[in-house]
Amino acid sequence: MYNFEEYFEAATVAEALDLLAAHPGLTVIAGGTDVLIKMHHGQLERARLLSIRGIQSLQGIQQMDDGTIVIGPLATFSQVINDQVIQGKIPVLTEAAASMGGPQIRNVATIGGNICNGATSADSAPALFALNARLRLQSRQGERVVPIQEFYLGPGRVDLKPGELLTAITIAPADYQGYGGRYIKFSMRKAMDIATLGVAVLCKIKEGSVLADVRIGLGVAGPTPRRCPAAEDYARGKTATPETIKAIGRLAVKSTQARTSWRASKEYREHLVAELTRRALRAAISRAGGEGIA
Amino acid sequence: MLKKISWTVNGTPVNLEVDVRETLLEVLRNRLGYTGVKKGCGVGECGACTVLIDGTPIDSCIYLAVWADGKDIVTVEGIAKNGELSKVQKAFIEEGAVQCGFCTPGYIMTATAIVNSGKKYTREEIKKELAGHLCRCTGYQNIIKAVEKAIKE
Repeated sequence: MYNFEEYFEAATVAEALDLLAAHPGLTVIAGGTDVLIKMHHGQLERARLLSIRGIQSLQGIQQMDDGTIVIGPLATFSQVINDQVIQGKIPVLTEAAASMGGPQIRNVATIGGNICNGATSADSAPALFALNARLRLQSRQGERVVPIQEFYLGPGRVDLKPGELLTAITIAPADYQGYGGRYIKFSMRKAMDIATLGVAVLCKIKEGSVLADVRIGLGVAGPTPRRCPAAEDYARGKTATPETIKAIGRLAVKSTQARTSWRASKEYREHLVAELTRRALRAAISRAGGEGIA
Repeated sequence: MLKKISWTVNGTPVNLEVDVRETLLEVLRNRLGYTGVKKGCGVGECGACTVLIDGTPIDSCIYLAVWADGKDIVTVEGIAKNGELSKVQKAFIEEGAVQCGFCTPGYIMTATAIVNSGKKYTREEIKKELAGHLCRCTGYQNIIKAVEKAIKE
């Protein structure tokens, strides 16, 4: 039996927001694969839970008429993996979701939970960073939209104000149309493991071999997931050659704050950033239609 | 913190009052006597507690029993029909995919979902589908063979 003090359930967003306002400090629980495990390990003493798993409007994945992809935060990893819109338009997120945990975990863990728990190792984060995902946050006072790059404040800390709930993850058509992408997770095991490093690269090609745009999202390369502005700026307008691609990988290291943990040393992580960015970019270029380059 | 739930467990409708803090694993094992649901790691890593919820494998140790309200649950006790073992169970016996047996019920449940999906699988894909289970005795090979066999039949 878990040791929590109170348990509320909300059937609608309005109900959840009312409960959050009336009972400050509630821990929101969705799939439970993070919250319950923390509780098992004694990291959430005397928690008071608000289950949002029954809220229908937070489920599902759809593409709007203008092309915007809207992912409900309660979409499970399995739903993300099997979704036709995501497979067709942003397969980099399919790759990322498929790398998380194992099948039983993916069947219940939600993408919203993966983001909101603030882990730098969140498997969905590098892809969502590279996709310029925007997060819709709602409270009783109203709604605001935050780019995912600004949502992470520190290890385990995100920009969710008291009383706020993540209600949608959106990706604009301009951020995925014409892009090729690749996610590479580096971990000791092929499943059930936390990333030593995660790299998602999105790229757009013009004139056959010129990098029109490159976006690089990294996980576990610092206290929060991050983008690599120095490498991205350098890449824009360059002809894709093995040398430029390698240079982009090396520049990506500039945006990291890797540290040594029992999983890997700082130096090893930096090596992985350079090498895996290079490999992911090569694959992304090819998927973006780059002709026989790199 | 009690709550009434109505669900189906191995085909039998059950009405029960559960404590909201109870896991599905605890209710199935301790209250309903389905001891085929094994408690291993308690954090969703070993897969021994796997049951099917509406046909989908989940770790019952990190799933609150109240969440099962209205759902159809199947444990390893529920897959033999009229005293006859399922094809997954038979394949596990025929391929010697069992040693101590502790991990077996969980494996059987995931394997059942794999077989029921009706999809074709490569050996690599089967390994991926079984990745949420740990087995310290058979060394996995016989389990993979048994799943392959059950898919073919």
